[in-house]
Amino acid sequence: MPKDGIGASIKRREDVRFLTGTGRYTDDINLRGQSYAWFVRSQVAHGKLNKVDTTAAAKMPGVLRIFTAKDFEGVGGLPCGWQIHDRHGKPMLEPKHPVLAEGKVRHVGDPIAVVVAETEAQARDAADAVVIDIDELPAVLDMKAAVAGGPLVHDDIGSNLCYDWGFVEENKAATDAAFAKADHVTTLELVNNRLAPNAMEPRAAIGDYDFATDMHTLYTTSQNPHVIRLLMGAFVLGIPEHKLRVVAPDVGGGFGSKIYHYAEEAFVTFAAKQLRRPVKWTATRSESFITDAQGRDHVTKIELALDKQGHFLALRTETYANMGAYLSTFSTAIPTYLHGTLMAGTYKTPHIYVNVKAVFTNTVPVDAYRGAGRPEATYQIERVIDKAARELGLDPLEIRRRNFIKADEFPYQTPVAVVYDTGDYDATMNKLESLADLAGFEKRRAESAKAGKLRGLGVNTYIEACGIAPSHLVGQLGARAGLYESATVRVNATGGVVVMTGSHSHGQGHETTFPQVIAEMIGIPVESVEIVHGDTANVPMGMGTYGSRSLAVGGSAMVKATNKIIAKAKKIAAHLMEASDADIELKDGKFSVAGTDKSVEWGAVCLAAYVPHNYPLESLEPGLEETAFYDPSNFTYPSGAYACEVEVDPDTGHVKVCAFTAVDDFGNVVNPMIVEGQVHGGIGQGIGQALLEHAVYDGNGQMIAGSFMDYAMPRAGDLPFYKVDHSCATPCTHNPLGVKGCGEAGAIGSPPAVVNAVVDALQRAGKKVSHIDMPLSPYRVWSAIQNA
Amino acid sequence: MPKVTMRVNGREVSGEVEGRTLLVQFLREGLGLTGTHVGCDTSQCGACTVHVNGLQVKSCTTFALDVDGAEVTTIEGMANADGSLSVIQQAFQDHHGLQCGFCTPGMVMAAAALLKENPKPTEAQIRHHLEGNICRCTGYHNIVKAVLAASGQDVSAIAAE
Repeated sequence: MPKDGIGASIKRREDVRFLTGTGRYTDDINLRGQSYAWFVRSQVAHGKLNKVDTTAAAKMPGVLRIFTAKDFEGVGGLPCGWQIHDRHGKPMLEPKHPVLAEGKVRHVGDPIAVVVAETEAQARDAADAVVIDIDELPAVLDMKAAVAGGPLVHDDIGSNLCYDWGFVEENKAATDAAFAKADHVTTLELVNNRLAPNAMEPRAAIGDYDFATDMHTLYTTSQNPHVIRLLMGAFVLGIPEHKLRVVAPDVGGGFGSKIYHYAEEAFVTFAAKQLRRPVKWTATRSESFITDAQGRDHVTKIELALDKQGHFLALRTETYANMGAYLSTFSTAIPTYLHGTLMAGTYKTPHIYVNVKAVFTNTVPVDAYRGAGRPEATYQIERVIDKAARELGLDPLEIRRRNFIKADEFPYQTPVAVVYDTGDYDATMNKLESLADLAGFEKRRAESAKAGKLRGLGVNTYIEACGIAPSHLVGQLGARAGLYESATVRVNATGGVVVMTGSHSHGQGHETTFPQVIAEMIGIPVESVEIVHGDTANVPMGMGTYGSRSLAVGGSAMVKATNKIIAKAKKIAAHLMEASDADIELKDGKFSVAGTDKSVEWGAVCLAAYVPHNYPLESLEPGLEETAFYDPSNFTYPSGAYACEVEVDPDTGHVKVCAFTAVDDFGNVVNPMIVEGQVHGGIGQGIGQALLEHAVYDGNGQMIAGSFMDYAMPRAGDLPFYKVDHSCATPCTHNPLGVKGCGEAGAIGSPPAVVNAVVDALQRAGKKVSHIDMPLSPYRVWSAIQNA
Repeated sequence: MPKVTMRVNGREVSGEVEGRTLLVQFLREGLGLTGTHVGCDTSQCGACTVHVNGLQVKSCTTFALDVDGAEVTTIEGMANADGSLSVIQQAFQDHHGLQCGFCTPGMVMAAAALLKENPKPTEAQIRHHLEGNICRCTGYHNIVKAVLAASGQDVSAIAAE
């Protein structure tokens, strides 16, 4: 095995370009003859669009053309990728999402017109001269008001209720019956706060068109260029896939917000053909806050039924999930199949029923943000369990252990459709207990008390469904795409390997980790393997990177293709050594004949494949290149146990995170350094959600947390060093690498740990506080203390 | 249009700019030095951090004309003369102090300015100094660790790789 293969924390090769300023992000690309687009956007949340007067703006210096909805007559709307059926089997309400607003504006930021000019400054100046006549209408922001007869966001669909979903509907009666008989019921109402994803690179897009070949090219900040090609080509602009190339070069973070197909991508592609010039658009951060799909925004009532010993008997929830003004690409799947299916958590709860009402409001669309549905599920479960433990006088660790699915009970069929393949929740909890030194907590609490601070401890577990997803299953559930992944492995004549993968790296380090897998399989140096991604012209097909799927699905496709390569290479080696195929072994980059001293090097076999002078041409094609598609048979189920210690300042309500420990089961791990980095980042975002972040609208639908001055992004001083561990590994049983995915875990597992810790601190200080909604700002915590 | 002249990464450059042209626009669009990034429009995120006459500044809030005659260093000027990574850059790679790479140039420039002033900063001093640089990927753990390591301090006791 090479020293830099699976399990080695080798340094990232992509770092060199990022550390020297030679990365190539979309906004770094400039095409010859490029023009610049500037969007004129609605400044009101809801209004009737009477007139767009571009007369004065069109005469401004440098203006090439101004586009409005009229220019998009006959062009499709932005599609939603997942059709949900409601409790009664009725399809969801699905309003049109035009590229530019038609007749009405529905959120602050809704695009109305676009100025294209010679320079960005000229486009921006002219955009100020576009006169918009809007009759402002009352905005609907509160979800319960929206479904109780509030103003209609979309008049033509007649309701603000997108769907009323029950899961599993057949569980409802048995769940209600279990509640009726329970010894104890714990009820909790909570809000999962709306977040702005805020990848540090603002979105950008450049459209280009080649008249001679009728070829369109879109450079865009995307996590999945093939998905954009499919959605934009087939549903919006009507461009066949062979005439549309989508390139997602270096991408500066995504966290979900760069999965979706956005209006600006369709616009620049469309306008480039109209103008026969490249058209570039780069968002300002202010624009990001009112146009990037946001995350979370659930309002939930959860009830847990227990017996006297604290065993869970049933779980029931009612959630209002904000869709915003339009249905973003995967928006409808997040509160349903990525949320309801995880409501069992790591526990044996015989009866579970989840109800979700998805609601239109005059806000920015909401879609997947790191974790996507699973943080919302985890937060509810782990908060209500903590509350139940207090009500029953049980230790929060003990009540969890009492209800864990045990290590010998896998595969485990939950009451919410999914089957967990592996896990050992007692092991991760035990590891957490020692790594976080929970035994020493009382001593640390006493130290904090001496300094006048209230120390609290919060513990929770999480489970997630990653490796999205089995196509046959998601097809039945309403997905309008398959969710496989593809890879082409091309071996060159001199033995170097190029892997073209449909996964996309925007910080995850695929260029480093994927070669580790290939190097391990073949036994060649990691430097001999190169990864190509992010360009539909170079990669056969791909569904991209989200839902912690890259290694579990994309990596599996790569392993399949490499196995095909090895099988063919063995035939070539057998021919060269005049042996039988079945007797050939590959080890450390060398083919040998079992039981003999005959061998041939990897490089010699590769050369023979392309210089077939001595080659079985009658039975084998020359060349060494294979493509594979991998469609998973199940989700993967990473899990873990997290602990957070906080100090609350009783005078100000300020919360300091003193320690954070994460024990995760990711199955097998390819590069521990990168996996740990993923967990760190997720925890940072999770603590951000719990303590700082909130995408807040005022009563008129203005985003008042619309800049980094107002939206509290976690900064270095807000966060501690973390302790992370992934040694309690139970490998996935159904993918070839035994991997589960690690990208979202930190963001899923950490918010309840923080909130549990703050409530614990206040309870230990004698304050009767059972819940505080996130973010736990000093004001909210101080108020809770005052009102206790 | 007025003309501006400055030394950027040791090379004298000049160009015509508008009064409103920002230093970051001059660097990115005028000189093609795209390593300096723009992550916000309120001078908060620090992705645009460069050095002007040895001091750390945010180039998104500096007019190009205001630095006429100045000595400017960007991320492209941070590597050693032979092209190898400088101590700070190498520490970021060694300790996985970057993921998507977008905030990284600003982080490196901010860290370099800190270490020039304070060659052996504490963890708290590093976290305080990086207050004006936002990273969304790393949770800052490995950035702080990298800066500690770049200052020659032992980081082996800090958890994880």
